[in-house]
Amino acid sequence: MESLTNKRKLIESKPLNFLERAYLPAIAQGLAITMKHFFRKPVTISYPEEKREYSENFRGMHSLKRDENGKERCTACGLCALSCPAEAITMIAAERQKGEEHLYREEKYAAVYEINMLRCIFCGLCEEACPKEAIYLDGPHVPSDYLRKDFIYGKDKLVEAPLNQ
Amino acid sequence: MGVADIVIKFVLIVIIFAISLVIAMYSTYAERKIAAFFQDRVGPNRAGPWGILQPLADGGKMFLKEEIIPTNASPFLFIAGPSLAILTACIGSAVIPWGQQITIGKYVIPLQVTDINVGILYIFGVVSLGVYGVMIGGWASNNKYSLLGAIRAASQNISYEISMGLSIIALLMVTGTLSLKEIAEQQHGWHWNVLYQPVGFLLFIICAFAETNRTPFDLPECETELVGGYHTEYSSMKLGFYLFAEYINMFISSAVMATLYWGGYNYPGMDWVLAHTGPAIGPLIGTAVMFAKVFLFIFFFMWVRWTIPRFRYDQLMDLGWKILIPLAIANIIVTGLWITFIK
Amino acid sequence: MSTFYFIAFLSVFFSILVITAKNPVHSILYLILTFSTFTVHYILMNAQFLAVVNFIVYMGAILVLFLYTLMLINLNKESEPRKSNLVKIAGFVGGACFLITIVAALKAWGTSHPVVLNDPNLGLVKNLGKILFNEYLLPFEVSSILLLSAMVGAVLLATKDPKTA
Repeated sequence: MESLTNKRKLIESKPLNFLERAYLPAIAQGLAITMKHFFRKPVTISYPEEKREYSENFRGMHSLKRDENGKERCTACGLCALSCPAEAITMIAAERQKGEEHLYREEKYAAVYEINMLRCIFCGLCEEACPKEAIYLDGPHVPSDYLRKDFIYGKDKLVEAPLNQ
Repeated sequence: MGVADIVIKFVLIVIIFAISLVIAMYSTYAERKIAAFFQDRVGPNRAGPWGILQPLADGGKMFLKEEIIPTNASPFLFIAGPSLAILTACIGSAVIPWGQQITIGKYVIPLQVTDINVGILYIFGVVSLGVYGVMIGGWASNNKYSLLGAIRAASQNISYEISMGLSIIALLMVTGTLSLKEIAEQQHGWHWNVLYQPVGFLLFIICAFAETNRTPFDLPECETELVGGYHTEYSSMKLGFYLFAEYINMFISSAVMATLYWGGYNYPGMDWVLAHTGPAIGPLIGTAVMFAKVFLFIFFFMWVRWTIPRFRYDQLMDLGWKILIPLAIANIIVTGLWITFIK
Repeated sequence: MSTFYFIAFLSVFFSILVITAKNPVHSILYLILTFSTFTVHYILMNAQFLAVVNFIVYMGAILVLFLYTLMLINLNKESEPRKSNLVKIAGFVGGACFLITIVAALKAWGTSHPVVLNDPNLGLVKNLGKILFNEYLLPFEVSSILLLSAMVGAVLLATKDPKTA
């Protein structure tokens, strides 16, 4: 049958000659190859001690950003929670009181902001939905833990450290 | 035989037993480490510096695992299987000469537990008993994978024992003795038997791989077809015994190969070294050389394991019966002609 | 001498277990033990070569093959053929004949001369080899031909005739 493309290759299997049938040269060849690998540098990165660099567009742990004056950007509009396909984000909004202007940029802020890291699929939709540029997935990946409740990250883990520190 | 002799023998037995267990233990570590190096990895490195406590961690884990005896298994034979496997693995070291005799004061200590005049045949007998551990364990598990593994082990061991025996016969024609001590002494300096019996050595090492169930002949425990082979149903230290027996067998067969073909404790220039170090220290250097050879062979076992894929069962049988046995017989004939006409 | 009696007791004990064991595989395992006591007997008689050969050939090869075939046979009670009365009678007669032979042998035992070896080291490899290949060369070779013919016969029985198949 005529082949439709010219990509088809006919493979001829020639009968093995004596040296090939004797296996031993092939085995010696194989042993030489493995021996070459024996002295090669291991490619392993031993994780907790050495860390591999993340790529630029890596989406890892979330962080809630502060503005240039060190105020929290988040205004608890809930768009991130709405956009989240995994329903991992919950928040409770609160009104900014007098004297808290240096803490929160907007008049409304998130008193509680929780992300369930077991639900999160790190799609980055919250990042895109945020009108205040408050949330970014720019952290490292989420470390392992023993209990499920420890994967619900509150503001203590999510909010960026203050600027002056 | 005085009390001193008995004490010396006893101490020697304990030392050799301990050494073979420790070597088997650290062979598991070496295997993992060497496998890692061959695959551009690091290998176990968490337990202790460079992971050297890994065997202890593995052993502790084995001891603490739940002991499971299948409902329909025959309990006595189920326990007898691994016990027999490790017993036959351990008693092989009794006739191997680890070095020349040491003289300390009036005591002469031969570095060999016993020198019986049928030493090779003893080793051979112990090896042929080794298959019982696998067979009994595999049958007693009452599991078809185990049974198939046991049957494979039995037929493979019997097939390769024949060519192993034939390759040893050619060696015996050269040495003219069955005692391992005499064979080791005959290879003084660099007159190693491998120079006179290269084909015999090749046959022997192939058969040794098959007898110890190492890759490429590890069909009795072939994971892709038989789950775990004969030790599918085993858990806890009984599984540990099977795995341990394999490493002890590897150690013993390396020692046998080093003694029979690679000169045992002999090395070039040993007379000069012996004359300069005295009768107490000198033989120990020979023992160190012996162990170096043994370690090289163990390394070779592992090197081959991480290089060559497993044989198919028909290929295994073809190799054993259609290639190795005729080759071994041809080797005997050529050796006979060489002894009659040239030597 | 007490060692001999102990080992002899073990031999008889295990051989009785061989015929009384219900499970054929168990009876093979007892047979292995019986043969191992035979090995000890040979060692006691200073026949090292015979001991080791018994060890290798009987325990290491023949009984492995026995075990091998028994493991492949279906050992269910249902598949066991019913023994007819005729077989039972034949078995009884055969056993009685065997008993008579043993009793007769025991009676004759007291009068026969025990064989005394001229050379107690006959059993060592070198001496045995010299005797086998000098004095008894012809019987030795004839027995090897016997084994060869048995082997050829086994192959002939195992391979089917291509014409009839």
